[in-house]
Amino acid sequence: MGATHPNIVVGTPITWVPLMRRVAIVGAGWAGFRPQVPELSFRELVFEAAQRAYEDAGVDPREDVDAFVSCQEDYWEGIAIADEFAPEPVGGALRPTYTVAGDGLQGLAQAYMMIKSGAFDIVAVESHAKPSDIVTLDGIYDLALDPHTIRPLRVANPLFTAGLDAVAYMSRTGASRVHLAMVAAANKRMGLHNPRASYAGRVTVDDVLGAPYYIYPMTRYEVAPYTDAAVVIVLASEEAARRLTDNPVWVEGVGWSTEVGTGAVEYHKWGHMPSLKAAGLMAYRAAGIDSPTGEVGFAEVEDRFSFMELLSLEELGLAGEGEAHKMLETGDFSPGGYLPVNQSGGSLSVGVPFEALGLWRALEAYLELREHADKYDVPRAVVASWRGPPTYTSAVAVLGAQ
Amino acid sequence: MSSRSGRPQPGWVNPPGHYLKRDEMYSLVGLVEYPPRAKYLFSAGQAQSRFLMGLKEGKILGTRCPRCGRVYVPPRMYCEYCHTHTLEWVELPGTGVIHTAVISYIGTFRERRKEPVIVGVIQLDAPGYTPGGYEFAGLFHRLCGVTPEDVMSGRAIGMRVKPRWRPPEERRGDINDIECFEPIEG
Repeated sequence: MGATHPNIVVGTPITWVPLMRRVAIVGAGWAGFRPQVPELSFRELVFEAAQRAYEDAGVDPREDVDAFVSCQEDYWEGIAIADEFAPEPVGGALRPTYTVAGDGLQGLAQAYMMIKSGAFDIVAVESHAKPSDIVTLDGIYDLALDPHTIRPLRVANPLFTAGLDAVAYMSRTGASRVHLAMVAAANKRMGLHNPRASYAGRVTVDDVLGAPYYIYPMTRYEVAPYTDAAVVIVLASEEAARRLTDNPVWVEGVGWSTEVGTGAVEYHKWGHMPSLKAAGLMAYRAAGIDSPTGEVGFAEVEDRFSFMELLSLEELGLAGEGEAHKMLETGDFSPGGYLPVNQSGGSLSVGVPFEALGLWRALEAYLELREHADKYDVPRAVVASWRGPPTYTSAVAVLGAQ
Repeated sequence: MSSRSGRPQPGWVNPPGHYLKRDEMYSLVGLVEYPPRAKYLFSAGQAQSRFLMGLKEGKILGTRCPRCGRVYVPPRMYCEYCHTHTLEWVELPGTGVIHTAVISYIGTFRERRKEPVIVGVIQLDAPGYTPGGYEFAGLFHRLCGVTPEDVMSGRAIGMRVKPRWRPPEERRGDINDIECFEPIEG
């Protein structure tokens, strides 16, 4: 351990009714994860992911799954009231189904609560994206900005808010462009082992630093591209999970938070991501974790911009404030290190499938815990997602194999 | 609630304030008119692509579920009841009966149309498939040669119809390659 590790002390713990049962992930499926999937409609893409998830979980969606949750946004879909398209491809016709208009991890949190409540035993969560179907992505982002104070400025690309955060973060912590480039190069290379990582490559720190800027201080390697994808995850109560699988992965806690209204960029705490911190604290409380130090085996965290990986680790209490870049230097976040981070390659090598991004991170952590839990002293993962610019919403899940 | 003239309709108590003319309203500070720039190219996918190409050839194609036998028009690559792939394609004759029909005299903003529009849901003949429930192979489309009186009297329900195709050179692989469904004479 090369740097100071944080010790987050949580105040009054949230009262989770002790009799409430545990919730597990019992299966997952995915489809797409390519820059374009022109041969399938979004419905067909979701169906393929759902088929794989139900086979993986050993359940029949028409008999065994009690309810379905879909995560999507109308403007991403190009369909008003897109919720209505949600049930059919996941097997939810005439069954309880609804949409959470947010990140897939918020859908996972919803399913977690539905099962905790005792009303449902098995719930499927779906999220998907087809960015390649959108011609005017800039126009869609524009509609997310305040119509009176931001849009009329015609600044063209709301991703600029990420650049503002990056500059503020670097100035506050002393992290340099080299540290950001180290994150990008590491994630691009780790993705080479992941079949879902369309954008992985043998990229070096020099490649990253030598490339043209996209949004200062980040070059094209440091801003995650888009990907077409669908993810379906099946959750179950402890009783159902024990029946279905020998190696359930437990959802130990969930949390979510929004800092300020989207588009109200003036109110954001620049160089920080308070929503990520709040979501993390909520998830830790639910999981009964007083401090994440030494309690987490690995993490899949936000990295759609290179600096966000470092900031995420600090906001989640996995690195001390301003310490993440120092821990990066000493190899703490590398595979086999103190806390391996984004071994999947992160969104820098997988891409951004809009609201499916968080659910995809949960998928990666789930597969790792299911297959390789014995690699870790503590078989537990922190999964964290920020909904990306221009939002200030984040969601976190704590998954564990014990 | 105000009428076109800007005056409250009879029977409504006058709320406070005064009614703005159109120009007055659009000159208000803070009122921003903003047309969205939202353009998409929807991938039709496996099922609908083949269906649309079929229309160009004057054919109505559907898919059949190997498990329950349901025929899907418009086609799906999966059966939503069995959650299984529908791998078998079938060509339907195109004929069918009007399942339900409606006459609309108004537009979306409740404005009165010059001519009413008659549309319906057509249950298509699907040889070898007997619908077991309320769902069937069918299309929503315009009805021509069906009068408002046919609809209001109930005569339209069950009426035998067939597609009126556009001439082959005008077809584009589009649902409008069928102009409408019309009654089969005799």
